[in-house]
Amino acid sequence: MGEAELIPRSLTAAPVRDAALPFFDRVSGWITTVDHKRLGILYIGYALVFLVIGGIEATIMRIQLIRPHNHFVSPEVFNQMFTMHGTTMIFFVAMPVLFGFINYAVPLMIGARDMAFPRLNAWGFWMTAFGGIILYFSFLGGSGLYGAGGAPDVGWFAYAPLTAPVFSVGHSTDYWIIGLLISGFGSVATGINFITTVLCMRCPGMTLGKMPLFVWLNLVTGVLVLLAMGPLTAAQIMLLIDRYLGGHFFDTQAGGSAIIWMHFFWVFGHPEVYILIMPAFAFLSEIVPVFSRKPIFGYPIMVAASICIAFISMSVWAHHMFTVGMTSWGNAFFVASTAAIAVPTGIKIFNWLGTMWGGKIVFKVPMLFCIAFLFQFLIAGLTGIMLGAAPFNWQLSGSYFVVAHFHYVIVGGILFALFAGFYYWFPKMSGRMLSEKLGKWHFWLFLIGFHLTFDFMHIPGLLGMPRRIYTYEPDRGWDIWNLIVTIGVAFQAAGVLVFVYNLISSYFTGELAGNDPWDAWTLEWSTSSPPPDYNFAKIPVVRSRRPLWDLKHPEDPDWKYE
Amino acid sequence: MSLKLRSAILFLTALAWLCAGMAGRASGQAVEGSHPTDIFSPVSTPAHSIYDLALFVLVVCAAIFVTVFCLLVYSVVKYRKRPGDDGREPPQIYGSNQIELAWTVIPVLIVVVLFLAAARVIHGLEDARMPAGTTEVTAVGHQFWWEYRYPQYGFTAANELHVSVSDPAHPTPTHITLLSADTDHSFWVPKLAGKTDLIPNRINHTWIDPHETGVYLGQCAQYCGTQHAKMLLRIIVESRADFDRWVAEQQQPARADNTTKGRQIFETTACVNCHTVAGTNAHGTFGPDLTHLMSRETIAAGAALNTAENLRRWIQNPDYFKPGSLMPAMQLDEPDLDAVTEYLTTLN
Repeated sequence: MGEAELIPRSLTAAPVRDAALPFFDRVSGWITTVDHKRLGILYIGYALVFLVIGGIEATIMRIQLIRPHNHFVSPEVFNQMFTMHGTTMIFFVAMPVLFGFINYAVPLMIGARDMAFPRLNAWGFWMTAFGGIILYFSFLGGSGLYGAGGAPDVGWFAYAPLTAPVFSVGHSTDYWIIGLLISGFGSVATGINFITTVLCMRCPGMTLGKMPLFVWLNLVTGVLVLLAMGPLTAAQIMLLIDRYLGGHFFDTQAGGSAIIWMHFFWVFGHPEVYILIMPAFAFLSEIVPVFSRKPIFGYPIMVAASICIAFISMSVWAHHMFTVGMTSWGNAFFVASTAAIAVPTGIKIFNWLGTMWGGKIVFKVPMLFCIAFLFQFLIAGLTGIMLGAAPFNWQLSGSYFVVAHFHYVIVGGILFALFAGFYYWFPKMSGRMLSEKLGKWHFWLFLIGFHLTFDFMHIPGLLGMPRRIYTYEPDRGWDIWNLIVTIGVAFQAAGVLVFVYNLISSYFTGELAGNDPWDAWTLEWSTSSPPPDYNFAKIPVVRSRRPLWDLKHPEDPDWKYE
Repeated sequence: MSLKLRSAILFLTALAWLCAGMAGRASGQAVEGSHPTDIFSPVSTPAHSIYDLALFVLVVCAAIFVTVFCLLVYSVVKYRKRPGDDGREPPQIYGSNQIELAWTVIPVLIVVVLFLAAARVIHGLEDARMPAGTTEVTAVGHQFWWEYRYPQYGFTAANELHVSVSDPAHPTPTHITLLSADTDHSFWVPKLAGKTDLIPNRINHTWIDPHETGVYLGQCAQYCGTQHAKMLLRIIVESRADFDRWVAEQQQPARADNTTKGRQIFETTACVNCHTVAGTNAHGTFGPDLTHLMSRETIAAGAALNTAENLRRWIQNPDYFKPGSLMPAMQLDEPDLDAVTEYLTTLN
C-alpha cells in the first residue's frame, strides 16, 4: 500500500462537534466515555484543577515562610499544606496529566483506533479521580496529629511511625492511605493498558524499531508503573492493617520497623520519579526534532538509554535513605547505582543536543519550553549528582537544597515539558492554535518565576535550613533567600494565569489549526484536528519512524536509511 | 524580541544561579557568625571531610555544567532558523555511533572517579575507630526536644549538649549513640557533622570532634510532628577544664530547699509525672530533666531564652512559644505560678 493513501479522504471533512446535543447528554457522554481521546482530556482537565489547588497550597507555605517567626498559618495547617501539596502534585497532577497526554497521543501515533482496553481505561481514570476526591474529603472528615482537624499532616512520604495510631489519631492518615490506594489501582490498570496497547495495537509496518520515540518512552513508563505501584500498594495495606487490625509492621513500639516503611516507600518512590520524567522525555523527543527540522539523533541509543534508566531506577531507592544509618557497604552500593543512572540520562541530553545541532531551530512556544527544559534538567541532574555522593548527602538531605533539587526536576523539567506538550498538542485536541503571543508571556513570566523561586531555594539549604519547618529563627541568615523565593511564586502564578486564560480563549477564538500545523511527522498529524471517533477510518500503513516525512518527501524517504 | 536577547537572557539566568551560590558563600564569610549553620564552614573532622568531598564534586559538576551549557547555547544560537531562510529542510542526520560512544565513555569515567571519592569518605567517617578518651553520649530524640545521657558520668541533661573541644593532634572526639523515644528525628549540626537519623527501635551512631570552642547550632532535620520546626539543637563546645567543671556540677543532685511553697506545688501536681529533679521525688522521664535547669541558656528545646519571665509564661501557656508541644498548660493560679517559677529558678 502506498504512502499516498495514508490520509483517507473521508477524514478531511470537519468532524461533527457535539455542541448540538442537550447539556445532560453531553455531560453523560463525557462521564460514560471509553474513548481514549476524551479520557485523555478528562485526565488533563482533572489534573489542571488539582494543579491550581496544589499551587494554592504551595503559595500558603511560601507566604508563611516569607519572614522568620511569621504567623500567617499555624504549624498544624502548615504541616497539612506540605503534605497535601506533595501528595497532590505527584499523584493527582503529575501522574494524571501525563497519563492524559499518553492516553491521547499513543493510539494516534501508532495508528490505532483506541487503547487495547477502553473500558479498563475509563475505570483507571475514575479510580484516580475518586482517589483525589477522597483525599480532599479529609478536609471535612479527617483529624490529624493530636486531633487538630483536617487533612493529612504526616508528609507525602508518610514515614513510620508518625502514621501509627498513637501519633496520628483520627482519620486523616486513613484518607491519605485510601486515596492513594484507590488511585494506585487505577494507575496499575493504566500501566497494563499502555503496555498492551503498544505491544498489540500498532498499525501494519510499525515494528518496535519504527515506533516514534514517544511511544517507546511511554512503553517504558507503563512497565515502571506496573513495577513501582505494587510496593506502595502493599505498604499502604500493611499500614491499614497496623492501624486497624493490630498489625505491627511499622509499629516501632511493638517491635515493628520504621526502616521497612522507608524501603517500601522508596522502592516505589524512586521509580515514580522516572514514571514522571519518562513522559517528559517523550515530549522532548517529539517536539525537539520537529522544531529543529531533523529526526531524533541516535534513535536506537535513546531507546537503549531509556530501558537502561528503567532498570537502574529500580536499584537506587536507598539514596533517599543515606542518613538512616546504613552500613558503609550499603551506602557505597547506592552511591554507585545512583551515579550510574547519570550516564544514560546524560546520553539523552546529548542526543537532544545532537538533534538540534545542524538543524534549523524554530522558536515557537513549544520549543522555547523544551530549550528551557534542557538547561534546567542539566542543572537538576548536576544537583542530583551532588546529592548522590552519600557524604555530601548527609549535609544536603532533608534540607531546602533537596527541595530545590526535586522542584528543578519536577517543575523545571516535567512541568516545562508539559507546557511544551500543551502548546504542541492543543491544536490537535481542540482544532485551534494556542495564542503564540500569550504563550510567550506565559513562558517568560513562568521562567522568571521559576528561577527566582528555585535557584535561590538552594541557598538556605546550604545554610542549614531543613525542609518542613513552619517557621525559622531570624539569626540564621535564611531570611533574604526565603523572601526572594516567595517573590518568585507571584511570577509563576501570573504565568499560570496567562496559560489558563490562553487555554480558554484559544479554545473559543483561536486560529484554526488544520490537520498538521507544525509540519510534523508522526501519525496523529495525518488525521483531522480534533480527530474523529476511532481516529482512522482506514488503518494507516507505515514504513519508517516518520511516516509523514516519507509522505511529504517521496524523493528522500526515511525508510531508505533506517 | 530578538533572538540574541533571548539567548542572552537564558545565559544570564544560568549565570545568576552560579553567582547566587557564590554570593551566598561570600556574604557568609564577610559577616562571620551570620550563618551559624553553614555547611561550608566546618570545624570538626566529619564536616571537614564532607566539605572537601563537596568541593571536589562541585568542581566536577561545574566543569560538566560549563561544557554542556556552552554546547547548548552554541547550538541554539548557531542553528536557529534565520530570517531569509530558503525554506528547505536541513540535512537529515540520524546519528553517529562514534559520538555516542564518546559521550557514553567519558561520563562513565567521571562516574567511577566520583564513586571512588565518595566511597573513601564514607569509609573514613562511618568505619572510624574511636580513640581512648572518647566521650560517650546517648542522644534520645523526643517530640520535640533532646535528651542527652552521659553514661560514663552517670547523669542526664537536656536540649543543650556540652562536649569538650578536641585537639586535632590528640583527638578526644565525642561519640553519640542516637535513639528515639517516639517518631523519627534527625541530628544535624552542619558545622560539626552531616545528619544522622534517630529512629525508634534502632540504634544509630555519629561522632564529632570540634576543633574550636563555641556554641554550634542545628535542628531536627527529619519531620517528627507538629513542632518539628522548634526542635532546635545547641551544642556547647568547651575547653576540657570547663567541660569537666560542667560535668561535676551536673552530677550533683538538686540544691533546692525542700520547704519552699513552689517545690511543694511542683511535687504535688502533674509536673513530676514528666520531669525529673534529682534528689527529690520528681522522677518523670517523658519531659526534660530539670535538675540543673538554670545551667541552660534556653528552654523549650531552644524556642526561648531561659529567663524567669519566659519560664513563667512557658508553664502558664506553652503554646505561646511552641503551639503543639506536648507540655500541657498547667492551669496554676497566679501566686502558685510565681512560686513554681521561683522554685525552678533555684535549680542551678
